[in-house]
Amino acid sequence: MDFNDTPDEAAFRAEARQWLSANAVLRPPGKSRAGLLDAEANEVGLLARAKQWQAKKADAKWACITWPVEFGGRGASSIQNVIFSQEEAKFDVPPSMFGIGQGMLGPTIMAHGTPAQKKRYLEPMLRADEVWCQLFSEPAAGSDLAGLRTSAVKDGDSWIINGQKIWTTGAHYSDWGMIVTRTDPRAAKHAGITYFIVDMKSPGIEIRPIHQINGSKDFNEVFFNDVRVPDENRVGGVNDGWRGAITTLMNERASIGSGSGMGFGVQDLLRLARETDWNGRPAIEDPSVRERIADFYWKFKGLEYTGYRTLTALSRGTTPGPENSIGKMIGAPLRQELAAFAMELQGSAGSTLDHDHSWRGGIAQQGWLGSPGLRLAGGTDEILHNILAERVLGLPGEVRVDKDKAFQDIPSGTVR
Amino acid sequence: MNFDFSEDQKLLQKTARDYLAEHCGLDVCRSVLESNGTHSDALWKGVAEMGWLGAAVPEEYGGAGFSRLELALIAQELGRALAPIPFGPSAYLVTEALLEFGSEEQKRRYLPRLASGELIGTFAHSERAGRSAVTDVATSFARGALTGVKFPVPDGQIAGLALVVAKGGAGPLLALVELDGSGVEVTPVGSIDPSRPASRIAFEGARAEALSNGAGEAAILHVLDRAAVLIAFEQIGGAERALEVTREFTLHRYAFGRPVASFQAIKHRLADVYAAIQLAISNAYYGAWALSTGAAELPVAACGARISACEASDLAGKEIIQLHGGVGFTWEYDCHLFYRRAKLLSLALGTPGEWRNRLIDRLEA
Repeated sequence: MDFNDTPDEAAFRAEARQWLSANAVLRPPGKSRAGLLDAEANEVGLLARAKQWQAKKADAKWACITWPVEFGGRGASSIQNVIFSQEEAKFDVPPSMFGIGQGMLGPTIMAHGTPAQKKRYLEPMLRADEVWCQLFSEPAAGSDLAGLRTSAVKDGDSWIINGQKIWTTGAHYSDWGMIVTRTDPRAAKHAGITYFIVDMKSPGIEIRPIHQINGSKDFNEVFFNDVRVPDENRVGGVNDGWRGAITTLMNERASIGSGSGMGFGVQDLLRLARETDWNGRPAIEDPSVRERIADFYWKFKGLEYTGYRTLTALSRGTTPGPENSIGKMIGAPLRQELAAFAMELQGSAGSTLDHDHSWRGGIAQQGWLGSPGLRLAGGTDEILHNILAERVLGLPGEVRVDKDKAFQDIPSGTVR
Repeated sequence: MNFDFSEDQKLLQKTARDYLAEHCGLDVCRSVLESNGTHSDALWKGVAEMGWLGAAVPEEYGGAGFSRLELALIAQELGRALAPIPFGPSAYLVTEALLEFGSEEQKRRYLPRLASGELIGTFAHSERAGRSAVTDVATSFARGALTGVKFPVPDGQIAGLALVVAKGGAGPLLALVELDGSGVEVTPVGSIDPSRPASRIAFEGARAEALSNGAGEAAILHVLDRAAVLIAFEQIGGAERALEVTREFTLHRYAFGRPVASFQAIKHRLADVYAAIQLAISNAYYGAWALSTGAAELPVAACGARISACEASDLAGKEIIQLHGGVGFTWEYDCHLFYRRAKLLSLALGTPGEWRNRLIDRLEA
């Protein structure tokens, strides 16, 4: 049991580090890696810098390293990918804004796309010359994605799309999107779905930002009004799009859960408890405070060490499975509790969110306002419980009342 | 990154699991519990023959010479089998304390007998109900004699050697007392888990000696830290087994025309038990790493391992009864064996609350 690289891993790390050192500067201590979640980040500038960095990596074959060599990658293993990301994070480079395309949609095109699609789309995706978004969720189809209603109707050599997508990250700066549509409402729910690549600059697409409870606008609603898509943009067979969607979702799961250390954490809580006065003494001396912080500490550490176990499995060449859902299932609600407790530590002042008057500009309050989103995005708490129960513990799925019915006969959305 | 046990270590664990599957079904735990007995002597002898008691004891003292990683995996299997034997106090506490702090002479005198199972060790720390500092004990040691009362002490009825936390002239220390001498009065005490006996021991000028290098609060805490990591593995083993039993039952129990395991109300609770166990395993691995490498992180790692294992096993012990429904509350079903053992192990060695407080002490040190 040790935390060291194997000799091969160490050699790979040295190689990555050498290239990074020659092409970027180390991130100064204390400076966080600016991301879109930073309210003050300038999105346009950030995107330009991220594209520049991605092109530089692509030229040196350090972009999308897990992609096969034929598509511009280097066929690297998952652990090599983690190692490169760890090393890259030490440098003052922009965060990637292309994970949805490169991590999820690219692999879907590789698995289900035509030779022409692979040739046309993968290289610009890898270089981030073209940015991609994922058009999946709808107002009435979130956890129950296959309940989607956006329709595509064949018209000669093309398809006409009508409907609405929601929670689309980056739709407003994307060049391309991948959209799942309903092409046969008379078929059973999963059987009438077709998957397309859509040009986000097409006439008939309207993008509206969603204003979140924490003030940010990270997502969009995307409306489709008679949007024409050529049949050559279809990924997979007509009415056989669900298979491709599953590939995308599997890749999503593999990419979520590695983002630890973001937002308001245990170290911040410890600092707050030292700096906050409770009855003339630091709050950290109060037994009730100590017990609560201790619980946050071991739970977050448990998640961190679970990550080490995952890395060990990757290092041995295994693929991460559904058991990795516990990271988000535990971590997301825990962040909400942590932020709430941090506000409670501040007494009535905990109710303020003020740059000048709240502790560290209201960092705990911001975390608290953002935390409900963590519990919903990329699989709700409830869906993650189902995944663990069904796919890890092998418990039976829900009894399905929508299984053998035509989609058009299934109630969905809000029904009164 | 290699945050896992080796293939050889896992093979040893498999051997332990197979051995216990054959020799320690849940009926073995139940028979001790129902007979108000002290332990399963046959299992104790078997475990000794397998070399587990001396797994981490160097060969020169009669042990197998493995590391604490092997001992941790054996602990996990003993926990899974709810083994009704004095393994923990003897192996994780007395044997480990002797290895860490005993004089050469003390090691030679006791370790071979502890490793062979001929001598059973126990750890006597608590004195009364309530919470107090680790070194706040009334039991005193002076001029080779020990006086005071310890309550509760596991296995007092069968142990031959006790490691006692006492106050000496120069401060707190760890004393070794042979329990068959004069001035020692052992009274059996009822337990929430009768498969593991408890006692009260009154020392009245009993002959004792200080563990040679084991004086001071730091030494006592170190002994507790080591045991906390090993007991965490035992707790995890029990929790994993409880989850398996619960899963199996809910898969085959039908209500409203479907297996109860198909209801989200049940599935989500099982997922929570699974997640708690995974967090405990990860914290215990970190503890095992620190223990086996002598890392400076051990004090913090031991707290995390201890608290998370208590949480997971308590949860699994509660849910096994709840998710069995009414039969889970019957004497005949085995659910209560897990419920009892889980709580016993989380109260022995200091409660999770004490360890939470200790964790913050150490983070702030």
